[in-house]
Parts: sequence; C-alpha cells; structure tokens
Amino acid sequence: MNAYLNTGLHALADPTRLAILQSLAQQPRAVADLARGFPVSRPAISQHLRILKDAGLVSDRHAGTQRIYHIDPAGIAALKAHFDALWTHVLDTFQAAAEATAPTATAGGSGRPKAMEDKHVAKARKRVARRRR
Amino acid sequence: MSQKPASASPGAVVRKTLVVDCAPEHAFAVFTRNMGRWWPATHHVGATPFRDVIVEPRSGGRWYEINAEDEEGQWGHVLAWEPPQRVVLSWHLGTTFAYDPDLAHASELDIRFHAAGDNRTRVEFEHRHIERHGEGYEKLRDVLDGGWVGILDEFAKRAAAAEAMGPAQ
Repeated sequence: MNAYLNTGLHALADPTRLAILQSLAQQPRAVADLARGFPVSRPAISQHLRILKDAGLVSDRHAGTQRIYHIDPAGIAALKAHFDALWTHVLDTFQAAAEATAPTATAGGSGRPKAMEDKHVAKARKRVARRRR
Repeated sequence: MSQKPASASPGAVVRKTLVVDCAPEHAFAVFTRNMGRWWPATHHVGATPFRDVIVEPRSGGRWYEINAEDEEGQWGHVLAWEPPQRVVLSWHLGTTFAYDPDLAHASELDIRFHAAGDNRTRVEFEHRHIERHGEGYEKLRDVLDGGWVGILDEFAKRAAAAEAMGPAQ
C-alpha cells in the first residue's frame, strides 16, 4: 500500500493539479498562461507545478524570460506506478520461495510474515533490531 | 519519437529493499536458478503460461521462459553476473509484458544480496532507466484525454489512503 507513496501519483490527489496536467496535455503553457485559466493565484500555480515536476509528471524549458511547462513526454510517473506494483508482487513471491526452501531454519525465526518493505520501513526495522541486541 | 534525456532522471528509478530469512547464497540461487518456481505465473510473454524461467548463469547470458511445448520466449539478458552478491538483467517487457528487442527501449534490473546477520539477506532491488519504456507524448495525451482520468482518480484515492496511514516510524 505504501508503494503508492513512491509512484508520484499522490501528486494527483489534488483536483487542481489534475486539471493543470490535463491543460498541459492540450498544449505546453507558461505559468502566467495557466494562471489565467484557474481561479487560484499565480504563486499557487507555481507551487502545484513544482509538485507535478517533482513527481515526474511535467517538465519545463526556458523560452526567453519565460518558463514553459509541458507534460513529461515519457509519462514516467505512470510507468513507475506500474513497475512499483509489479515488483512488490514479484519480490513477495520470491521472498516466500526463498524462505520456504532455506536449508537451515533461522534461530530467531518467528514465522511472522515479512511484507515487502520500503526503505524507510526497513531502516526503522533495523533501528529496532539494533536496540534489541 | 521524443528525445530521451542522456542521464536518468530521479523519477526513472524504482527501488525496493527486503530482508529475507536465508543466507545470501541461497537467496541468489533461488532468484536466478529457480525463477520458474516462484515467478508469478500470471506474468508471461508467450500466449500460454511458462513451465520454467531460465537465467543463464553468465554475463551476456539470456533470460527467457519455456512453455509446455518447449517454445522459448525472450525476456532479456544478463548484464552482470557476480554470484552470490549481484545480478543485473536487462528488462525489455515494458508495461504490456511484450518483448521489445530494441536495447534503447530496455531498462535495467540491478539486484544485490547482502549478508545481514544470521541467515539473513538484505535484498536491494533497483529498476532503473524506466523512462526508456515511455510511449511518447502523443500516447500520454491520448490517455489523458480519454478514460484515464478515472484511473488517476483511483490512484489518487489509494495514495491518499496510504498517506493518511503515514510512514512507519
């Protein structure tokens, strides 16, 4: 479930951002141009664009004094979402197979299923493990 | 075809880390030698399910599936073979699980197996150059104009739900 946090698609949880993305899909636009089409301030538009850019959904280029925004040509966020889900599934089945066929049982093995872990979860778990030692 | 950036953007990588209860040698062997026994049966290249998935144990080796009729379906190539620490594979299957032989459209899977104490292995999985599977601006515009918004809404809802749960502390 936390997989969705890594995909960039949470950037679209905001209806204004989704509308900006759809507008940019029609044609590349500058911030001022976008601001005319939405009932929000220009700084707010810039903030939304930054989030979309960080999520890999839009890119920008300079044209004179302006910055022109366009949707990311490769649709990277959607690709990431696809692969994130695929690898979660694949690595879960790998882990189950590796543990089921391990030649020696782990001394401290508790039979507790280990779900796929995002990095921050793994780190948290490591901290806990260190404290236990 | 759109211009691809020369360097991978940060948005073009998916990383996973997991801790497996077995030694690195075993984890590496299961991953590479026994892939056909654990790879999700739903994901195959051919029209029929595979009976095995083969990773040839050498750099430059092939990665392919074999179906019940002994027909082969290409998946990719072994780019690096460093048992039991690391294997790097080329991934040619895009989002539709169809083989594209063009290396310019292939991404890379880099899987590392680190010893993490008594019979434990930390597996670091990285899928990079995902942008090479991009289908181009026109395609994305089509889906945005079409029925894709509903799908995005669904993603957004699930993302919001996951975010509300918060990261594990």
